Amino acid sequence: MQQKVEFEQRVHKALSDSQLRQNFRSTMDGLMAKRSQAFPDKERLEKLRLQGAQIRANALLKLPELLEQLEERCTANGIRVHWAETVEQANQAVLKIMQDHNATNLIKGKSMVSEEMELNHFLEQHGIEVLESDLGEFIVQLAGEPPSHIVAPAIHKSRQDIARLFQEKFPDIPYSEDVETLTRSARDILRRKFYEASIGLSGVNFAVAETGTICLVENEGNGRMCTTIPDVHIAVTGIEKVVEKLSDIPPLMELLPRSATGQHITTYFNMITSPRKEGEKDGPREVHLVLLDNGRSSIYEDPELMESLRCIRCGACMNHCPVYARIGGHAYGTTIPGPIGSVIEPQKLGLDRFGVLPTASTLCGACGEACPVRIPLPKLLNRLRFEQVRDDPPDNTMGKGSQRSIRESLVWNLWSWANTHPALYRLGCLFLTRLRGLVPKQLGVWTRVRKAPAIAPKTLHELAREMGIEDE
Amino acid sequence: MKPDQQYPDKPLSVYFFGTCLIDLIYPQAGLAGMQLIQREGVKVIFPQDQTCCGQPAWNSGYREQARSVALAQLDCFPQDIPIVVPSASCAGMMRYQYPELFKDTPQLSRVKGFSNRVFELTEFLVHVLKVKLKDLGPPTRVALHASCSAQREMAVSEEHSNLLQQLDNVEILEQERKRECCGFGGTFAVKHAEISNAMVEDKAKSIADTGAEKLVSGDCGCLMNISGNLQHTGQGPEGQHIATFLWERTNATES
Amino acid sequence: MSNSRENILQRLRRGRPELPAATGEIQIDSLAWDLEQRINTFCDRMASVKAEVHMVTEGDWPTKLRELAADRQLSNLLYAPKGPLAAEIESAWTENDSCTKLITREESVDEWKQELFYQVDGAVTSVRSGIAEVGTLILWPTREEPRTFSLVPPVHFAVLKAENLHHTFADAMEVEQWRQGMPTNVVLISGPSKSADIEQTLAYGVHGPTELVVLLVR
Repeated sequence: MQQKVEFEQRVHKALSDSQLRQNFRSTMDGLMAKRSQAFPDKERLEKLRLQGAQIRANALLKLPELLEQLEERCTANGIRVHWAETVEQANQAVLKIMQDHNATNLIKGKSMVSEEMELNHFLEQHGIEVLESDLGEFIVQLAGEPPSHIVAPAIHKSRQDIARLFQEKFPDIPYSEDVETLTRSARDILRRKFYEASIGLSGVNFAVAETGTICLVENEGNGRMCTTIPDVHIAVTGIEKVVEKLSDIPPLMELLPRSATGQHITTYFNMITSPRKEGEKDGPREVHLVLLDNGRSSIYEDPELMESLRCIRCGACMNHCPVYARIGGHAYGTTIPGPIGSVIEPQKLGLDRFGVLPTASTLCGACGEACPVRIPLPKLLNRLRFEQVRDDPPDNTMGKGSQRSIRESLVWNLWSWANTHPALYRLGCLFLTRLRGLVPKQLGVWTRVRKAPAIAPKTLHELAREMGIEDE
Repeated sequence: MKPDQQYPDKPLSVYFFGTCLIDLIYPQAGLAGMQLIQREGVKVIFPQDQTCCGQPAWNSGYREQARSVALAQLDCFPQDIPIVVPSASCAGMMRYQYPELFKDTPQLSRVKGFSNRVFELTEFLVHVLKVKLKDLGPPTRVALHASCSAQREMAVSEEHSNLLQQLDNVEILEQERKRECCGFGGTFAVKHAEISNAMVEDKAKSIADTGAEKLVSGDCGCLMNISGNLQHTGQGPEGQHIATFLWERTNATES
Repeated sequence: MSNSRENILQRLRRGRPELPAATGEIQIDSLAWDLEQRINTFCDRMASVKAEVHMVTEGDWPTKLRELAADRQLSNLLYAPKGPLAAEIESAWTENDSCTKLITREESVDEWKQELFYQVDGAVTSVRSGIAEVGTLILWPTREEPRTFSLVPPVHFAVLKAENLHHTFADAMEVEQWRQGMPTNVVLISGPSKSADIEQTLAYGVHGPTELVVLLVR
């Protein structure tokens, strides 16, 4: 119950903040409209989605072999591969690389896996200064907050919030609410940091097993900076991000930016296949790839739930989610918010801790409809609702069965009993219709914003009989 | 309609599944649905033993209870004739979710046979009965709310509009964010009342803003939710199930 | 660490769901544009992301480059001394005086990073090929032409031969046989650096170039 109380508190806070709600509403409206415009031909879109789903599904079926191939090709190309079963191991791997180079600071491009690892916090505890360089991530880092959207991390903040934040953190810079000016200030601050940085870190959008290539999608150029200027580049990725062939990339790239922001392509698509080679005049001398499992291999075991591993992190499901649009990313309390977060995170962190998330959906289906790789999100949310209340959990991983309560089971048993005994059902309905005057006018939270529904004087069963409609 | 959906020829008789919400709260909608079918010369059978499709338990994770209730429904509709449902949400449950619910069970093939016979009312009127409606009512302006199941799972929102467009004196007004969920979501409205409230307030406002005289929907869950808020605020139109609306505007004889 | 590798792979092998591979080739119509259509689409797309495209010829592009640099009052322009454009650029500059000084460095970038970051106003690079459908430049940096040239200076001039415009990304990969061997880095560039992280309002020149100027050679 604790998780539900905490979730409700976060929801209440978000819903009470009219500025926040307006920020999310207008952004999500904009992103939905842009996506729609980016796919003018709906028939083609459906074919592309099928193709995207197929590429990702087939990569997952060959996952262990593709990971081995990726490792082999990367190693041959000079990229060093590290395997991490847990967040702790992944953090240690990054720390070790930092220590091997006596590095005291790290400049980061956008990486949701590093958020999952809580890498910044970990490195700071070891005396390493970490700086986010994606503008949105830079802003939330200054504010001491996690990102609220996987593509637009600072979208919960208004330009006034950001102007005040900059003034507080950089008093030398004149106060401005102008977006260009704020952006320019961030450029100047970060340029110095890129210049000085000895180690850069990035996420990975796709890892190509065939050639051992790391692909990065971005608009700002900070990703290129992090992977080009410092002497060492560390890429961190979940093990599910691998694809089989280079030719798998163009269809996925046709889907990813269009689904995310409505762009036909991002400003930069950066494909990294090796560290700086002999005679080359720039680029990192070392490239490391950290492959993180952290619960993914458990999700993988379930033929239905594994579909969530197809995710390419475009954010379209959250952009289209009417719940997300109202409560925003922080209310979820997990690294990845929105529908895909409500599917993945409880599986990683346990239904006993985050089982409430799959219930916080109307199952309207907008997410599944928008997903570029056709993850059946409503079906998976429904499945996790089952997993958390089932009374015969096959194992106790991820908090299966943990949300089962005697009271709720009893309610459903009674409900089932009434609905499987037609005479009883009709009798119950008869009582309700005859006693309709006694039904309370206040029905808890329902009637806070709604008039209570009025029970009809006669049921349809009665009316049908009266009309002489045959029973069989 | 879904691209791969096949429709049978007009049958001699059909079953009608009323749904539990209609049974208790909106029985007139069920009646109107049956009358619309009967008027086309098709016999309607309403099995008195029907109760609920089982969706509330299915969406709450109580699959065993949902299965018991679903099996009880299967027993009520034995003949190989169409089962017409005046709700896309319940129709979707019976057509698409039942096979999921009974996956890996011995009943699956029987369930599939049942599911294939399930049709939502407006799709049945349009594609099977091919109704031609004659509007007898005065000029009016309505807002149509197609439920999420009508739009996505059953893909019958076009059929809703098709029927309304057949009525010469009815103008359909379009609300802002027409495709967005109203926030009902069954037990969601109770479990996550605060989010649900925020959603329904927005939905009701966008409908009231159209200036429509009536809100029409093919699903009573949405109707109960949105109308509940419209009545609470005292702003905006009265809500009506699409079957009731169609019947009232096209019925020559006062019943 | 080696244990982690084995454990992960073992878990994946043991847990692999028994599912059939998704099959059935999905046919998505490819494009069949002539050069004119490819150029037009490329230019439209580039314009939509605030990149400037100038139509030039084999003979006049270096002069145009000099003019564009002068228009912007760039005090200097960086080029790769042994790159494919070097000779033509040098010839355009030696003939006339220009307010924009031509500069070049042969050393590795580490040696003159300070200058690259803070003193270079613009850089010109060659482009391997382009993608018409989405309006993209494909840069394939080499020993002669480093990666940072197209990244660090505020203005990036890119010289692309129109005949190298592919229809799509897939075409580019296929025709150029990328799978035969990928270089250290390939970068696709579509416009100047930008961000919409503040209120979804576009701002240009975040960390990469503020301006992208394409010289499309016919």
